[in-house]
Amino acid sequence: MPDAKITLEQVLHVAMLARLTLSDDEAREMQAQLDAILGYMEGLDELDVSDVPPTLHSIPMDAPMRSDVPERCSDRSETLAQAPESEAGGYAVPLVLEVDS
Amino acid sequence: MSGFPWQSAFEIREQVASGVSAVDITRAYLARIEELNPTLSCFLTIDHEGALAAAAQVDHARDDGEELGPLAGVPIALKDNLCTRGVRTTCASKILGEYIPPYDAHVVEALRASGAVILGKTNLDEFAMGSSNENSAFGVVHNPWALGRAPGGSSGGSACATAAGLAPLALGSDTGGSVRQPGAFCGITAIKPTYGRVSRYGLVAFASSLDQIGPMARSVREAAGLLEVVAGHDRRDATSADRETGEYLAACDRGVKGLRVGVVRDLLDGLQDSDVRSGVEAALSALEKQGATLVDVSLPHAKHAVSVYYLVATAEASSNLARFDGMRYGLRVPGEDLVETYTATRARGFGPEVRRRIMLGTYALSAGYYDAFYLKAQRVRTLIRRDYDTAFERCDVVCTPTTPTPAFALGDKTGDPLQMYLADIFTLPPSLAGLPAISTPCGLSAEGLPIGLQLVAPPFEEEVLCSAGQAVEDSCGIVGSRPAALD
Repeated sequence: MPDAKITLEQVLHVAMLARLTLSDDEAREMQAQLDAILGYMEGLDELDVSDVPPTLHSIPMDAPMRSDVPERCSDRSETLAQAPESEAGGYAVPLVLEVDS
Repeated sequence: MSGFPWQSAFEIREQVASGVSAVDITRAYLARIEELNPTLSCFLTIDHEGALAAAAQVDHARDDGEELGPLAGVPIALKDNLCTRGVRTTCASKILGEYIPPYDAHVVEALRASGAVILGKTNLDEFAMGSSNENSAFGVVHNPWALGRAPGGSSGGSACATAAGLAPLALGSDTGGSVRQPGAFCGITAIKPTYGRVSRYGLVAFASSLDQIGPMARSVREAAGLLEVVAGHDRRDATSADRETGEYLAACDRGVKGLRVGVVRDLLDGLQDSDVRSGVEAALSALEKQGATLVDVSLPHAKHAVSVYYLVATAEASSNLARFDGMRYGLRVPGEDLVETYTATRARGFGPEVRRRIMLGTYALSAGYYDAFYLKAQRVRTLIRRDYDTAFERCDVVCTPTTPTPAFALGDKTGDPLQMYLADIFTLPPSLAGLPAISTPCGLSAEGLPIGLQLVAPPFEEEVLCSAGQAVEDSCGIVGSRPAALD
C-alpha cells in the first residue's frame, strides 16, 4: 500500500461516491482520522499474501435453491405507510430523469 | 413472584406454569424499567401494551390447560436492530427514528412462539457500529457496575438491561464482538453463534458476512436455553445453516473432563491489565482442576484482525447502508434534486461513526484501492482462519480474555476512533473466521468491575462452549454478585 495516506481531495471524492456531504471542518477531521486508521492498516504490508485465496465466506456453503412459487408478501399499505411519500399505491420519489415531451 | 428481579428465566417459567400471573411478573419488570431507565438509558422503546398482551396470552393458555412454550411468561429485551412488527425499530439512528417494521425478524417469531414476553427495544451504537454504546443517536447507556463506565457495545443496552435485572434475558447482535464485549463489561454471559446458526432475517444488516444474533443472560444455562429457542434453519436467510441444532442446555451439565483448552500464551503474557490476566489464569486453573487439559496454541495472525475487520466490515457496511436513501422508508430531507435529496438525507440521518465507516468502506472498495485494501484484507482473513484450523488440531476450545481491560470510562476513547477499534482485538479473530464464541465472567477486578473470559470453538460446536462456560461459571463466575451502582 504505497499510497495508503488519504488526501483531503480523496476524502471529498469518496464522500461524493458515498452520497455524503461533509462540511470543511468535518472533511478535515475525517481526513485526519482516516489517515491514522489507514496508516495503522499499513501493518498488513508485512505479509505476502499473493498466493493466499481470499475468504469471502467464512463458513463454506452452497447457495440454496427453492421452487419458484409466488407467495404472499407484506401488506402493501403497511409497507407504504413507512414511505416518506407515497402515491397511487407506489413510492413517490423526486424526478429521476428529465423527459422532453 | 419470589426472587424478583434476579430470578432466572427457568424460575420465572416454573412460577408461571404453577399459576403465578405472567401479567404480574411483566408489570413488575416494566415498573423496574420505568424506575431505572432514566439512570441507565438502556431501553429506547418500552412496549407496555405488547408485553402485557403477550403475558395475558400466556396466562390464558395456562388457565386453559394448553402446553406452555419453553419461555412462557419470560420477559426479554431486544436490541433495537431486530425488526418487530408494529414496534419502532430505530437502530439508534436518526435515519430510522420513526421506522415501524411491517414484519418480525425470524428470532422475534421464534420468541413469540416460545411464549416469551418482549418488554421493549434496547439501545445500541448506531447501526451496531461501536464498542461503547456512545455512538447512539438517542443517549448514552451507563454500566450498572459503575455509572461512569461504558457498558460496551454495540449491544450495550441489552447487556445493561440484563445485568441490572431489568430483564432476565436479552438478544443482541455480534459483528466483531458486539454481544461478547458488552457481556464482559456488564458481567453477564453472551454467545456469538457460528455464522449461519441463527437466521439473520429481520436483523438490520451491518456487515452481512459477519453479523450473527446472540443470546445474553446472567448465567450460561439461561444463554444456552435462549440459544435453543432462536437457533435453527430459516430459508429466508440464504446463509442460514441447514443442519440440526445442538442440545445447548444439556451440554451445560457435561463437565470438562478430558477437554483440551488451547491457551494463547503470547497473548496472555502480553496483557497490560494484571486483573484481566489473573482472572483468566484463575479460570484456566479452575478448568484444569475440573479435568480439562491445557495446551499451548498460537494465533500468529490475530494481531492483524483489527486491520482486516475494519476493512471488511466497513466495506460491507458501505454497501448495506446504501439502501438508506430517503426513498422507501425512514428519514427524507428534500433537496433541489435527487442527488441532493440523497446527500441531505444521509448527512442529517447518519452520525459521525457511521459516516466514518461508510467512508472507510467506500474507499476500500473504490477503483484503484480494491486490491490493496479489500482483497488483501480478505486474503489475510484466510490466514486468521487457518490459525484456528491449526489450533483446533490440538485443542477443543481456544481461550483468551474477551477484552484487554475491564469497562473503560465513558468518553475515554471517543476522540480517537483507532484506539476504540484496537480494544476489539480479542473478539475480532473468531468473528472473521465465522466461529462460535462465548464470553462469560471469570471474576471481578480490584475496582469491582467484571472480567470476561472468551472461549472459541470450531464451527457449530456451541455445545462445548456451553460445557466449558458452565465450568468457568461454577468455579469463578459472579452469578451471586450484583452491580454495585444500583445499590
